[in-house]
Formats: sequence, structure tokens, C-alpha cells
Amino acid sequence: MSKKKESLFSSKNRKLITDPLNDNNPVTTQVLGICSALAITVQLKPAVVMAISVLVVMSVANVVVSLMRNFIPSRIRIIVQLVVIAALVILVDQVLKAFVYDVSKELSVFVGLIITNCIIMGRLEAFALGNKPWKSFLDGLGNAFGYGWILIVVAFFRELLGAGTLYGYPIMEKLGLYELGYENNGMMILPPMALVTVGVIIWIQRYKNRDLIES
Amino acid sequence: MDVNKNSYTFGFAALMVVLVASLLSVAAISLKPMQDENIEAEKKQNILSTLGIEVSREKAAEVYKEKITDAYVINSSGERVEGDAFTVDLGKELKKTTNSQVFPIFESDENGSKSYIIPLRGKGLWGPIWGYLALQEDMSTVSGAVFDHKSETPGLGAEISLSWFQEPFIGKQLFDGTEFMSIKVVKGGADEGDMHGVDGISGGTITADGVSDMLEERLSNYLPFFTEKMNTMIDLEPDSILLDTSMVYTLNSL
Repeated sequence: MSKKKESLFSSKNRKLITDPLNDNNPVTTQVLGICSALAITVQLKPAVVMAISVLVVMSVANVVVSLMRNFIPSRIRIIVQLVVIAALVILVDQVLKAFVYDVSKELSVFVGLIITNCIIMGRLEAFALGNKPWKSFLDGLGNAFGYGWILIVVAFFRELLGAGTLYGYPIMEKLGLYELGYENNGMMILPPMALVTVGVIIWIQRYKNRDLIES
Repeated sequence: MDVNKNSYTFGFAALMVVLVASLLSVAAISLKPMQDENIEAEKKQNILSTLGIEVSREKAAEVYKEKITDAYVINSSGERVEGDAFTVDLGKELKKTTNSQVFPIFESDENGSKSYIIPLRGKGLWGPIWGYLALQEDMSTVSGAVFDHKSETPGLGAEISLSWFQEPFIGKQLFDGTEFMSIKVVKGGADEGDMHGVDGISGGTITADGVSDMLEERLSNYLPFFTEKMNTMIDLEPDSILLDTSMVYTLNSL
């Protein structure tokens, strides 16, 4: 092959990371992974933990599937992807339980949620099956970041407005807002407000980038 | 090689299943001792924290040995029976009938004032919830409570494991006079001065109700034990009254 080897961070490869952050965001543009965005964005901390776990699982799963892409029989490819994700998640969970027990307690229910996260399977199916490992790795990172920042932003507003705390720190109380008659909005804690918050983000995104609006 | 042949597909699936299964079993078995150690230390940590003692997981075993002076199991009529309180699996006990269950109790003796710690287990919204409740010697005043859960929703039901939910239990009363009231988690917040209720969790009502049910179900099994202990307390009191009357008598004769 005379073709020059592509550099690791060519502009094409960089786009794999930056695209999912905004214009091709898995949550706001593709509207995937909504169920977990709804379940764990009541507080900032679980959202951060979830974002990190998805980051790890998605990038590793992408690489593994990409390495196997020429050997996977196409008729059972979805099952193979699921097995890869589930095996990774269980493995990570077991290791955490043995060595960093506190983190594993924090993760508890998310483990199941990671396996069912449609973004991960979506990327395996759409990208890793047809691309080389390094590109798949970048794609996994990019999509995980794209998913993660939405989670964290939604959780930020829900925790701040719903409970008056940030990462467990009682910020509203310290600012003395309660004495001025401020009250927490209990509605923010309820699941529908996650969808409304995601909706607001989508609105802002489409206002800024008109190309995303469907005709 | 044609990867879409039936034989290849079957072969691939079989190989994958065997590989993944053995990988996971090896991981699970080799990590099990460390995981068990963590779980045991956490249990000790939980028991200690109902007494207001916060220790790191590494130190839990040592402090537990020092603070927990006695641990035993009783049957449904309050008699002490054979068994190790620490290893009783309440999850399994709950499946038996009340009469064949055993009920563990942990005792601590801090400068002569005894505390009794009762392990709890019940159902939350998604899975089991459990905890420990420490009672003072009068068998009615709660001196500490710890709750934990397997899979309640973070930020909602999972809040039962946080101190803001657990702290209000301290000082609550299980009994109103001689009537067993248990402690209820009240949706919308307990009235001020309610000795048998604590504040609920917005968005976590089912888990909170699970806590109420768990407390009532578990603690009611200990009623014979409680009454016996309370009676011995009352038995002690007439002595002091006797002393008083004799004093009065002496005073009168003077």
C-alpha cells in the first residue's frame, strides 16, 4: 500500500471526538440513551459516575468489537455485541467490588443501565463493526463525552433547582437564599423534568444550528 | 473464510459463550474472598455506626470486637437459642415462617449503659433494603439507625442510606406507654413532636413505606424480648420504692 499512513490525530480523527459533542450528539440529536438520562440525573454525583462508567465501557467495547469485526457472523452480530458489553460491565463491576468497594456501591444500579444503554450498542453497530480499532476507540470516547456532558448539565440544574445542593454541597443554603424566601422546586426532582431539561438543551442547540431542524 | 456459514455461526457462538463464561467465572471466583471481606467489614461498620461510632472499613473489625460485647439469636418467643448472630442471613430467615425464624441481637455496653442493635431487612421498590436500629436500655428510645439498599433509585429511594434521613430516627420512641407503635416514615413530613414518625423522601415514597413496613414487621418479632427486658427494668424500680418507703418510715419514727 502506497497510501500514506493517517496520523493518529488527523482532522478526520479529531472530528470523531468533536462531532458527537454537539452536532451529532447521541442524546440531543439522535435522542438515544434517554432512559438513563431520566433515571440518574436527580443529583450530580451519580451522573458523573455514570458518565465515567459509560466512557470506559463504550471505548473498550468499541475496540473489542472492532478487533473482532472480521470474524463476527453478521446474523448474530447484535448478540455478540451484547455479550461483549455485558461481559465488560460485569467484569468491571466485580473488580470494583473487590478493590474499590465504595465506588461499586455508588455504581450499584447503573451497572444494569449501562448494559441497556442504546448508545453503546448503537455505536458498536454503526461504527465499530466497520472501522479500525483506533478510530472506533475515538468514536467511543467522543460519544461517551457527548452523552456525559448532557447528563452532567441536566443533573446540575436538577440538583441545583430541585434540592438546592451541588454535588451534595448545600449551595443555596450557604448563599442565604432561603432567608430571602427562596424555595426549592420539588418538581425538578421528578423524572419528567429530566425530559424537559433535555428538551431545553435541544431547543438551544437547534436555535444555534439551524441545519439540525428537520423540514 | 465465509463467516456467514451456519456451521461457522454456531461454532463462533459456542466458542464465545464458553470463553466469556470462563472469563467471568474465573474473575468472580478469584475476587470473591476480597469482596466478602468488604461486605463483612461494611456490616460491622453499619452496626457500629448505629452507636454513633464512625470507623474506616479497615478498622471496623478491630473496633467491632471492642465495642460489641455480646451477640446472640433469639426465637419468636424471645428465648435465647443456639446460633451466631453475625452470620444469620435475614434474607433467608424472612422466607421461613415466623416461628422457625431466629432473630439476631447485638449488644454493646458503653460505661454501663447498654444498647441493643436489631438488624432489619425488608422490601424497597426495586429490591431488598436493610438496616440496623440501636435501642437504649428502655427498649423504646432509638439511639441510632442505619439503612441501606440494593438497587433503589439514586437521589430518590436511595436517600434512605444518607444521614439526613437516618438522623431524625434518633430519640424516637418505639412504644407509647406499653403500646407498640413502631416508627413510621411519613409522606409529606412528620409533625413536629411526633415521637413515632420521621420525614419521608420526595419521590421516594415506596422505598420509605418499605422502611416503615420493615421496621414494624421486624421489630414486632422482638416484642416478647422487649417486654421481658422492660419488665426487668420495672422489677428493679419497686426496690427503689421500697427503699424510699423505708426511709419515710425511718423519718416518721424519728
